[in-house]
Order: sequence, then structure tokens, then C-alpha cells
Amino acid sequence: MKQLPFLIMLAALLVAPFVVYPLFLANALCLALFACAFNLLAGYSGLLSFGHSAFLGTAGYITAYTTKSWGYPPELAILLGVAASSLLGALFGFLAIRRQGLYFAMVTLALAQMVYFVCLQAPFTGGENGIQPVPRGHLFGVIDLSPNMTMYYFALGIFLIGYGIIYRTIHSPYGRVLKAISENEPRAVSLGYRVDQYKLLAFVLSAGLSGLAGSTKVLVYQLGSLADVSFGTSGEVLLMVLIGGLGTVMGPVIGAFIVATMVNYLAQYGSWVTVIQGVIFVVCVLIFRRGVAGEAMALARRWRLRAGAVAKP
Amino acid sequence: MVTLTELILETFGLTKAFLGFTAVKDVNLQVRRGAIHALIGPNGAGKTTVFNLLTKFLPPSAGRIQFNGRDITRVKPADVARLGMVRSFQISAVFPHMSVRDNVRVALQRPLGTSFHFWRPAASLDALNPRAEELVEAVGLGAFIETPAVELAYGRKRALEIATTLALDPEMLLLDEPMAGLGQEDIGRISTLIRKAAESRTVLMVEHNLSVVADLSHTITVLTRGQILAQGSYAEVSANPEVREAYMGTGHA
Repeated sequence: MKQLPFLIMLAALLVAPFVVYPLFLANALCLALFACAFNLLAGYSGLLSFGHSAFLGTAGYITAYTTKSWGYPPELAILLGVAASSLLGALFGFLAIRRQGLYFAMVTLALAQMVYFVCLQAPFTGGENGIQPVPRGHLFGVIDLSPNMTMYYFALGIFLIGYGIIYRTIHSPYGRVLKAISENEPRAVSLGYRVDQYKLLAFVLSAGLSGLAGSTKVLVYQLGSLADVSFGTSGEVLLMVLIGGLGTVMGPVIGAFIVATMVNYLAQYGSWVTVIQGVIFVVCVLIFRRGVAGEAMALARRWRLRAGAVAKP
Repeated sequence: MVTLTELILETFGLTKAFLGFTAVKDVNLQVRRGAIHALIGPNGAGKTTVFNLLTKFLPPSAGRIQFNGRDITRVKPADVARLGMVRSFQISAVFPHMSVRDNVRVALQRPLGTSFHFWRPAASLDALNPRAEELVEAVGLGAFIETPAVELAYGRKRALEIATTLALDPEMLLLDEPMAGLGQEDIGRISTLIRKAAESRTVLMVEHNLSVVADLSHTITVLTRGQILAQGSYAEVSANPEVREAYMGTGHA
């Protein structure tokens, strides 16, 4: 019964490509994984990062470059992307977790801007043009990823692996400590937890999974682009998580699909997309603070309470 | 005659200065093993600062701290807890959106050594439930085991805090105003809990409620303007004219 929302989501994702353009969906799945990874840090560890584009983008470039220039197979290229973003995450985390709140956010933002600059200037990223076309290659040398349908189900598999890792992490002994730290950090310290180490691990996990999303995303649209490392992407992932529901397991997935749809279908209005996103952002923060998933859960709880009150008067 | 081995906690010239303001000045505190030791003094005397220094939440400007014969002046706060000295906070320190059982389990799970295992199911912690329930029962919260801490009345939050602290089985408890904000009925209950906890432990507490201090503590240290004014039993301290002048007011018994 508790797994029902997940099963509904899974069923919807399995049939969706027969109705909607598969590449749009595959891209949305990558963004959803990215949002879930961001949520692991922001929602479950209480650490707000403004630099997550660096992980998405760096892993993307690594995968794009190694497949295109070195002819690496997709699985190896993705693995290298994840390794790179995890390392970058360890570095960012090491420098940022010494600061709290806004200062933490500013350190991550500054570091991400440095990564952006490097990507803009470095010869192997292709600068403004990015790396394209990125070959999708053959998975394990056998499965040809070039058909869009195959690519979609590959992206779905990656998404489910990432989602599973995040779900397990949240519901693990480590996840309990993480929750305790985000609820009352001084108390966690006074119970003997070296909180910086827990935060660092959360940061590395989040960065690695963001990289997994970034590497897969590059294969979907066959493009490694500067947009993925830009600040706009870091802001957009925050928007996805807030719309969907910060600190809920499935909220970021819902949020990512809403934002991806908005970007796609409002594209005809040009720069107005940013304005509309801004308005939604403000509305969410002001009156819709729990996000779609959070509000739905609150509503379900209220119904259950009312049903319970009727059942035993 | 107090010998050194009987002291569990000792400070030497402990000093903390904040930008020219000296909050704690040359404090030589000695806490005997097994005692309930109270730290009292008027507002702003530096009691909480001393607490933060002892538990390393603040670095001292000068001086040394020795716990169990070991110099802990440079030890990190989480490691002070691991050495067996665990503190509470003035504002009730619970994990609000976790159940009473889960609050206690957070303290119990560290010794398992799986606290970094993000791949292991949380159900692996269920083995801790009997011990957690025992601790919760002991502070009289048995009926609230599934209740999120945020929904508990204030006095019960404090009881939960004590259960969580005792879960670590520390040698020494530091309680920062355990009675603050409690009604008379709760004060009686928490006093009993503290007395029970102190049977096998040392307790150092900051407390404003003098009847609680008189009732519970063996030794009292009076702090004013960051310095120790007097030290001794309640009778000794309350007879000291300087203390009556500075802290209790001359009219007070």
C-alpha cells in the first residue's frame, strides 16, 4: 500500500513513450534524477547548494568527450562521468561544509562559477558550441542505443538505479543520522556524531548521482553543452525540488516533469519562460511551501484523520 | 581531603574573551566523581559559556580542561561526547520530526558502527528497539513511544532529552538549565530522573531554580562576571556574605 504511488509512477513511465516523444521523456528522467540527487542534500541533509550544475555538466562533458573522441562505450563513459563528478563533489564538499547556511550556498556557487569558466575556456569542451554529436554507442557492446525508444528505456533504467540508491540511503542507518543532523545539528554533535563527515558523504553521493544524470542526459540529446554547467541549471533544479516538494522522496520527480514540460511547451514565448518560472517560484515559496507531493501527503493525512474520526465516534 | 584521582573534571585558568569582553576569566573548576555539582550565578555570569567551553562548542582563549585525567582542551565536541561527557541544551534538544523511539535510537545506533552504511536498510536498527523502549519507559514516556517529539508537552521533551542522553551511558552529564520553563509538577519528575541518573554518574548542571539546586546538589560553584566567587555545599555558599550580596540579594534567606 505504501508503495502504491511508486508503482503508479513506474507504470506511467513504462507506457509514456508510446504517447509522448521519448527523447523529451528521457531528458525529463535525467532531470528528475538530478532533482532527486539535489533533494538528498537539500531536503534530507539541510544543505542548500547553488552549484549543482557543476556536477551535472562536468560528468556530461566527460561522457561526451570520451565517447566522441576516444570511442569509449556508453557504460564506461558514464562511469567515468560519475567518478569525475564524485571527485569534484568531494572537493566542493570539503571546502563548503566548513560554512553553514548562506555561506555554504555562496561557497558552492563560487566554485561552480569557476567550473563554468574552465568549461568555457578549456579546448576540449568546444566552448559555446559544446560537444556534438555525441555517439550513443552500444551498451556493453551489444545493445544499440541509437533508436530513441531504446535510449528511453536505458534512461529509465539509469533513473531507477539512481532513485533506488537515493531511496535506500534515506531509509538507512546513515539516513537516520542525516535526518537527525538536519533536524538539530548541535544535538547530533553532542551525541558524538562528527557531523562534517556525514555531510561530506551526503555531498559526494549527491554529486555522484547528479553526474549520473548528467552523463545520461548527454547521450539523450547527443550534446554536451555549456547550459548544463551554467548557473541557470543550478537554479532550475532548486525550482524543480521546491515545486515537487522538498524532503519528499517522489516530489523532485514530479517537479522535474513539471519544469521540463514548462520549458518545452512555453519555449514559443521565448524569454517569458524565465518570467513564468520566476512567478511560479515565488508562488511556491509563499503559499505552496510543501510542494505538490508535500501538499498531497498533507491532504491524504487529513482525509485519513477525518475517516478515522467517523469510524470511531 | 580531595585527591586528584577523585576529580573527574578540572579546569586550569579557563578564560574566554569575545572581542575585548571577557565572559569567563581564570576559572579553576573542580568536579568530584559521582557528585551532582551545580553552577549558579546571576544572568550573564558566564555559566553557559563555561558549559560551551567544557564541551568544546567554543574554543577557550586560555587555560586547560582535563577530563578523567586527560587533557581535552583541543578535542572536538563530538569526540568529547565519545569520551563520556554528554551535554544538554538550554532550549530542549530533541529531533522534532522523529518519533520518541527514533530519538533515542539515534543515540543508540552510533556504537553499532553502521552509521555510514547508506546501503543498509534502516530495519537493521530494529534490534535497538528493546533497549530504546526500556530507556523511554524509564523516563515515563512509554505511552508516547510512536509520538513525534514535536507533539510532546515541554516537560516530556525534557524527559525525552534525558532518555536520549542516558542512551549513551555517559560517565558525566552536563545539564544546561534542566528546569527552565517547567511547571512545578514537571520539576519534581525531572529532579527524580536526574537523581536516578546520578546514582552511577557525575552531573554538572547550570540551574536558576535555587530550591532545585539546594535539593539536588552536593557541591555548588557560584560564578559572577565570569569568575568563581565561592564554592562549597549549599549551606556554606548561602552563608557566604559575598554570595548573598552578589547573587541572592541581602534580603534573601
